[in-house]
Amino acid sequence: MLGYVTRRVLMLVPVFFAVSVVIFSMIHMLPGDPIENLLRVGSSPAQREALTAKYGLDRPLVEQYLLWMSNVLTGDLGTAIVQRRPVAQLVAQALPYSLSLGGLALCFSTVLGVVVGTIAASWRGSWLDQGLMGGVLFGSMLPNFWIGLLMILVFSVSLGWTPVSGARGWESLVLPVLTIGLGGTALVARVTRIAMIDTQGKDFVLLLHAKGVHPLTIQVRHVLRHALIPVVTILALRIGWILGGAVTVEVVFARPGLGSLLIKSLNQHDYPVVQASLLILAMAVMLGTLMGDLLQAAMDPRFRDSLT
Amino acid sequence: MSAAVQKTGMLGTIRRSVAWRALATIKGGVAGGFLLLVVLGAIFAPVLTPYDYDIQALTNAFQPPSLAHPMGTDEFGRDVLTRILYGARTSLSVSVVAISISLVFGMTLGAAAGYFGGRFDRMVMVVVDLTWSFPEILVALMLVAIIGPGVTGTLVAICVAYLAQFTRLTRSQVMALKSETYVEAARGLGASHAFILFRHLLPNCLGPVLVAGMLATGDAIILEATLGFFGLGAQPPTPSWGGMMSSGSGLLFKGPWIILFPGLCIALTVVAINLFGDVLLAKLDIRDRLRVV
Amino acid sequence: MLLDVRDLSLRIGTVGLLDGLSFSVDRGEVLGLVGESGSGKSLTALALTGLAARMGATITAGSVVFDGTDLVGLKESAYRRLRGKRIGFITQNPMSALDALVTIGDQVDQVSRLHLGLSKRAARAHTVEILSRLRIPEAEVVARAYPHNLSGGMKQRVVIAMALAADPDLIIADEPTTALDVTVQAQIVMMLADLVRKRDLGLILITHDMSVVAQICDKVCVLYAGRVAESGPVRQIFAAPRHPYTEALIGCIPRDGMAPGSLRGIPGTVAAVSQYGADCCRFAPRCCRADALCSTQQPLPVATGTGGMLACHHPVDTPVTEAADADDR
Repeated sequence: MLGYVTRRVLMLVPVFFAVSVVIFSMIHMLPGDPIENLLRVGSSPAQREALTAKYGLDRPLVEQYLLWMSNVLTGDLGTAIVQRRPVAQLVAQALPYSLSLGGLALCFSTVLGVVVGTIAASWRGSWLDQGLMGGVLFGSMLPNFWIGLLMILVFSVSLGWTPVSGARGWESLVLPVLTIGLGGTALVARVTRIAMIDTQGKDFVLLLHAKGVHPLTIQVRHVLRHALIPVVTILALRIGWILGGAVTVEVVFARPGLGSLLIKSLNQHDYPVVQASLLILAMAVMLGTLMGDLLQAAMDPRFRDSLT
Repeated sequence: MSAAVQKTGMLGTIRRSVAWRALATIKGGVAGGFLLLVVLGAIFAPVLTPYDYDIQALTNAFQPPSLAHPMGTDEFGRDVLTRILYGARTSLSVSVVAISISLVFGMTLGAAAGYFGGRFDRMVMVVVDLTWSFPEILVALMLVAIIGPGVTGTLVAICVAYLAQFTRLTRSQVMALKSETYVEAARGLGASHAFILFRHLLPNCLGPVLVAGMLATGDAIILEATLGFFGLGAQPPTPSWGGMMSSGSGLLFKGPWIILFPGLCIALTVVAINLFGDVLLAKLDIRDRLRVV
Repeated sequence: MLLDVRDLSLRIGTVGLLDGLSFSVDRGEVLGLVGESGSGKSLTALALTGLAARMGATITAGSVVFDGTDLVGLKESAYRRLRGKRIGFITQNPMSALDALVTIGDQVDQVSRLHLGLSKRAARAHTVEILSRLRIPEAEVVARAYPHNLSGGMKQRVVIAMALAADPDLIIADEPTTALDVTVQAQIVMMLADLVRKRDLGLILITHDMSVVAQICDKVCVLYAGRVAESGPVRQIFAAPRHPYTEALIGCIPRDGMAPGSLRGIPGTVAAVSQYGADCCRFAPRCCRADALCSTQQPLPVATGTGGMLACHHPVDTPVTEAADADDR
């Protein structure tokens, strides 16, 4: 088991470098010169060159990449060209907002999705099943930002229950979490329901009934336990969805998170910030997948034993 | 019923209610009808509305829905319904075209990877898995940033964002079919790779992949709208569903209908596409083959 | 009588799958329920344990009297208290009968904790005791293992242990050996026979294997397409089968000193449930003794002198009018 964890963590290293190369090259294909934003009207070509040299933009791409990487590995993410602050500082400021939002949205959609999926699977084919699944699916088909806007309209503008935007206090988290969570809920509910229906038909469930175990115990302690394995797998694979949702929703609710930072920096062509925030998002995706794999190993003794 | 009983024995008897199938056709009919309505509305927009989509009349701004303007007017005094009808042209065509292109590329790539396997397959899958684990919206945002905002950027962005999904799906289909007896027989008879691929494998995985494409079109409409909402989609004055909402939450106080109706339109269209795709899946009996993971 | 089933009929949807089954089993007795796949054996087992409703089946007629109470129409909660506690169940395939995510010990403990109200520790001691009595080596270690760590024979012993954990009066074993290696099959069968004697419990052994029946059963009930063809004491049925189907089944058992190629099968297959006729003998299409009567009138079960039943228009020991039966035994 320990060997598996080490191997799995070590596997992240090449992936990390591959991702960093992709991000780096994409960034350098971006049009628009960030130096342009810095120059005052009428500044001389010499000033321009000095600035370009200062940010290392005149050196060959490979060298720039190596420099960036070696700095990243020592914890230095560079300096924002337009926002003129250390990138690490900008990111560190934004990250808590995104983490709290993403983490809560993940919890929310997992819990709600599993509950809905379990209920739907237990009363399969009934109006409850069709109504719940229909409702959840409908919710997941709506554009994230539009749900966000609607929620603001209903809860903030009309009812005045929650703040319209910003990031003060837990109240400001409610609407964004709900907005992102809806999409994930549908995914989790669907996987839970299918996996549970699948498991319900297994022989061991029949035997559990024959042992006289209460149906509720069977559903929760046995069937759901099996169903959670694919749920974890899917969630780990699609953790990016939650992050992607966070990007849009942060903008809608004007939360100063990583998503807002990314969009702002993209518009300003602030390379180092875009690079760093993408790298962080990619790392979050990779860590999510890792967590999923490890969780799966913890949940499934067959999988655990196949690793040795 | 009797067929099911014969196939799976007494205990495996699965009761399939006929009512559900009937409902499915009703579901399919309603969804299909709505989609047809949207497409017709987009095509005949100039005939259907007396207003222009791009002429501003500031004195007429923020009119709530009325008989003259069933969905009200926006912050520049333009009729919202008119802009939705014209916007459908942009949003639908961009999504459909982008997904079609993506399908062609994805199928080719996936079929080749699945059929030939080996190092080529591994290389393709590494890239595909990498993009797949990244949220579509992030991939699209990056691409739009590179290419620049507008219809072309959106088109390419959607195209690339969904490429991974179609590649994965086609690959898994081809891999499953590859070992079927008839394919091996064809190879034994000396059929060329191209012949086997185009004659046997691709036609057989067309159903699931096309339905997946249809369902993805729904997602693409949302993606297009999201880009539009960020102001990165079709540029003004060209109306698009997402672009109509790009003024964002600021409008919620003065004219919520400006946000409400385009969003509702997107939502209904996407739901209709999904419902219709669902009916197709049931009719073609390929639901199980659509599992990408 | 521990369990007395009378005229049990059951249907799924509009299809009648079991039609007027009657049999009984007493303490210390083994009843063999025999038939080909599709004859309704497993469904009978589910009907007796009250689980048939889970398959969408409804009992339409008859009674299942267990220790004096009729179980048909019993409330689900009451039935649940019987299952596992007084009626143990052993399923067909031990490979899939255990929850792969739960340890063996916890799965067996579950029964005694639920029905005997034992504490966690007492339940485990109980489990280890049962496992060792079923000749599972190092029972404490096995209790901590997961199902995938065990062989098929071991898993089946665990399933048997679960059936025994609450000390039941009746055990229903649905093809307990089909999925196992031949060498293990004999062990398990003998183990079951041994349990019946030692614990004085009733056992319904569902099988398609006549040789197993010959080995351990006291009584046998032969099913064909959801109906009883013939039933009676094992000794008598084997010595003088009267239903052509029973005779054919016994003819399928390989014996010492058989000439090569003389092992017989039964031509054709059991009809699909949808093709079940009402007013006919369902075995008629495959029967060498069938005549016009067999395809127009259902042979009703008649009590035989030995406490069994027979449902045949032309039993083996009566001469057939036309169709000269060459095979006289």
